[in-house]
Amino acid sequence: MKKFLAILLAVVFVVCTFAACGGNNSGEEEKKVDLKVGFIFLHDDQSTYDKNFMDAAKAACEAMNVEYAQKTQIPESRDCYDAAVELIEVDGCDIIFADSFGHESFLIEAAQKYPDVQFCHATGTQAHTAGLSNFHNAFASIYEGRYLAGVAAGLKLNEMIADGKITADKAKMGYVGAFTFAEVISGYTSFYLGAKSVCPSVTMDVKFTGSWYDEQLEKEAAQSLIAGGCVLISQHADSMGAPTACETVGVPNVSYNGSTISACPNTFIVSSRIDWTPYFKYMIQCVIDGKAIDTDWTGTIETGSVVLTDINTKAAAEGTAAKLEEVKGKLLDGSINVFDTANWTVKGEKLASYKADVDTDANFEADTEVIDNGVFYESKHRSAPYFDVRIDGITLLDEKY
Amino acid sequence: MADISATKKQREPLIHVVKRDDMLSWQAWLIRGATVLIGLIIVGVLSMLVTQKGFFETYEIMYSGVFGKLFEGYTTMFWKYLQEIAILLCLALALTPAFKMKFWNCGAEGQALMGGLASIFCMIEFGEKLPYGVLIAVIAVTSILAGAIWGIIPAVFRALFNTNETLFTLMMNYIATQIIAYYVYIEGGGSNVINPVSAGNFPAVGKNDYFVNIVIVAVITILMFVYLKYSKQGYEISVVGESQNTAKYIGINVKKVIIRTMAISGALCGVTGMLLVAGKDHSINTNLVGGQGFTAILMSWLGQFNPFVMIVMTAIVVFLRIGVSKVADASLLNSSFSEIMVGIVILMLVGCEFFIHYSIKFRSKKKEVNA
Repeated sequence: MKKFLAILLAVVFVVCTFAACGGNNSGEEEKKVDLKVGFIFLHDDQSTYDKNFMDAAKAACEAMNVEYAQKTQIPESRDCYDAAVELIEVDGCDIIFADSFGHESFLIEAAQKYPDVQFCHATGTQAHTAGLSNFHNAFASIYEGRYLAGVAAGLKLNEMIADGKITADKAKMGYVGAFTFAEVISGYTSFYLGAKSVCPSVTMDVKFTGSWYDEQLEKEAAQSLIAGGCVLISQHADSMGAPTACETVGVPNVSYNGSTISACPNTFIVSSRIDWTPYFKYMIQCVIDGKAIDTDWTGTIETGSVVLTDINTKAAAEGTAAKLEEVKGKLLDGSINVFDTANWTVKGEKLASYKADVDTDANFEADTEVIDNGVFYESKHRSAPYFDVRIDGITLLDEKY
Repeated sequence: MADISATKKQREPLIHVVKRDDMLSWQAWLIRGATVLIGLIIVGVLSMLVTQKGFFETYEIMYSGVFGKLFEGYTTMFWKYLQEIAILLCLALALTPAFKMKFWNCGAEGQALMGGLASIFCMIEFGEKLPYGVLIAVIAVTSILAGAIWGIIPAVFRALFNTNETLFTLMMNYIATQIIAYYVYIEGGGSNVINPVSAGNFPAVGKNDYFVNIVIVAVITILMFVYLKYSKQGYEISVVGESQNTAKYIGINVKKVIIRTMAISGALCGVTGMLLVAGKDHSINTNLVGGQGFTAILMSWLGQFNPFVMIVMTAIVVFLRIGVSKVADASLLNSSFSEIMVGIVILMLVGCEFFIHYSIKFRSKKKEVNA
C-alpha cells in the first residue's frame, strides 16, 4: 500500500508541475467580431474532400476575423443534428455549416429548431423547396473548371498526335469516377467536352469505383483504363490512387481537388477544384450585415470559387496557359457554354429538350426543363449538379451506385 | 548468502508471474479506479503537450464536450451522452451471454445492422399503412428476429459442424454491410442517402428524443443480470462455457444451449439496431453501428460479464471518446488524436486486470521456504 501511495504522490507531483507551466498562453487575443461559425465535417483532414473545406474555413474566418469551432468525423446520421445542437448550445455558434450531402436532412431538422441560427450546407438539394428562411444550399459551377481542365487535356492529346506518339483516332482518355450519379456525370462530361473542343477526335472510357475514397480501387481502375488503351487519365474520387498509377507508367494525369505535383512531378498537368473561401466569406458577411443568405448559392469562376491550380509546364503541352486564359475569358463573357447542345449528341441526335430531377422527391421524378435556346443550363435551377445525360463519345465500362 | 551451487541447479527467473486469489473486491476496485484516474491524467498531460492548452483547460473542454452547459438548462448533450452509453452498453450486454459460453461472437456489428435494416424496412413499407402501436410492435418483432437469425446462422454451423465462430461471425458482418449498401442504393436512388423517415419513430418524452432508448437499455441491463445470475439457462451457459464435456455429462444439450444463447445474443444486437434506426437516425447507412460492435467486445470483458460493471466501463469509455474528440476539435487536431487517447486508457484498463489477477514476484535473495 505504501508503494502505491508513493506512486500516486509522484504522479500528482508531475501533474502539478505540468499544470503550473501550462495554462498561461491566453490573454493576447485581439478583439474579434462578435460572431462564431460552426463547421461540421464528415471526416477530417486525412480526406482531401474535407481538407479542402477545412482549409477554406480557416482562411475565411481568419480573413473575416471571426471565431470558429469545428466537429470532425460526423457521420450522415442524427449525429449531425446533435453536432449542430452542440455547436450552438455549447460553442455559441451563429452560423452552422455542414459539408456532406447526407447531412442535409438532419441539418434541416436543426434549422427548424433554431430559427435564429443560419444553416448552410454544401452540395445539398433541398433548400429551395424546404421553405426555411435560415437554411441554405451552396455549390459551385465546377463543371466550368472541369471544362478548362479538359481543354488542357485536349491540348496534351494534340501534342501527342503532333509528336507522332499516337494517331488521332487513338486519342482516348480514361476517367475514374466514384459513383454513377449527376455530380460525377456532370464532371466527366464537362471534362470530355473541354478536351473535345480542341481535339475533335477524342473519345473517353469511364470506370467507377463505388466509393469516394478507396486508394486501391482507384489505382486498379486507372491501371485497367491504361491497359485498355487510354493515353491520358483524369479522376473524380478523393485518393491519390489514380495519380500515382499514372506517374508509375508515365501517363499524363489531370487531377481534382488540388495539385498532385509533389507526388507526380512528371505526369501531373493541372487540377481543378472548388475554393469554398468566397462562399464562407459571403455567408459570414451576410450575417454581420443582417442580410439574408442566398437560398441556393452557386460559386463560379467569377466569384473565385472555381479555380485551377498552377500548370505543370513539365507535363502540359506548350501554350496551355495562354489557351486556358482565352477559354476562361470566353466562359466568363458567355461566348462559350459548357453544355451547349451544338457540341454533343445522344445516340447521334441533338438534344432539344431535357427534364432533370431538380426538386427532390421520393420518386426522383424529372420535373424541370433545363435546356433553353440550345443550351443545357447546369447549376442554374439549383446549385448542385443535375446533368446526368450520357452523351456520345463516352463509354461507361461499368456502373456503380 | 545462499548456496551458489543450489541456485545454479534450479535457477529462479528474475521475474515470474503468480496467480493471486487473495485480492479483496474493494482492493480490486481501488486499483481500477486509480487506473482510470492515472489514465485521465496521462490523457490530460498528453493533450496539454500536443494542444498547447492549459492542463485544467483540457478537462474543462472534455467536460463541456460531454455534458455541455448542463447546469444552465441545456440538457441535450447530457442525454446524448446517456444515449451513447446505452447503445454501447446494449451491444456489450448482447455479447455477454455468448462470451460467457466461450462463443466468440464478433458479429455484433452485422447483427445490429440487420436489426436496423428490419426497422427501416418496416418504417418505409408499413409506415403509412399500419396504426402507430402496431407499427412499433412489427418493427420490434422483425428487428429482434433479423438480429437473432443473423446470430443463429453461425451458431448452427458451430453446433453441427464445429466451424470457427470467430471467423464466421466476422464474415457475416461484411455480408450485412453489403446488404445495407444495396438497400440504400435501391431506396436512396442515385444519391446514396435515405432521407429520415417520419413514421415509426420512437416518441420523444418531454423534449428528449433518446429517453425511450435509454429506458429500454436500462430494463435490458436488469433482465440480463437476472438472467445470467439467477436463471437456469444462465447457469447452463456458465457450465457450457467452463467445460462442454461437464455440460454433456450432467445432461445439458450443448447444441441447444449454443443456438439458444446466440439467438439471444443476436436478438439483443437486433434491438440495438432498432434503437439506432427507430430511436435515433430514422434512416440507415452502412456506418450505422460505426464499429461499436467491436468496442462492445472489450466492454463486456472489462465489465467481467457483470451488466452493472459494464455500465461503469461504458460510461468511462464513452466519456473519453466524446470528451477527447472535443479536445481534438477545439485544437483543430484530426481524429487520430482521440483514437490514440481512448486506446491508451483502454489498454491501461486491460493491463490493470492483469495485475488484479496476477502478481509479479521478483527473484528474492533469500530462498523461500515454502512455495
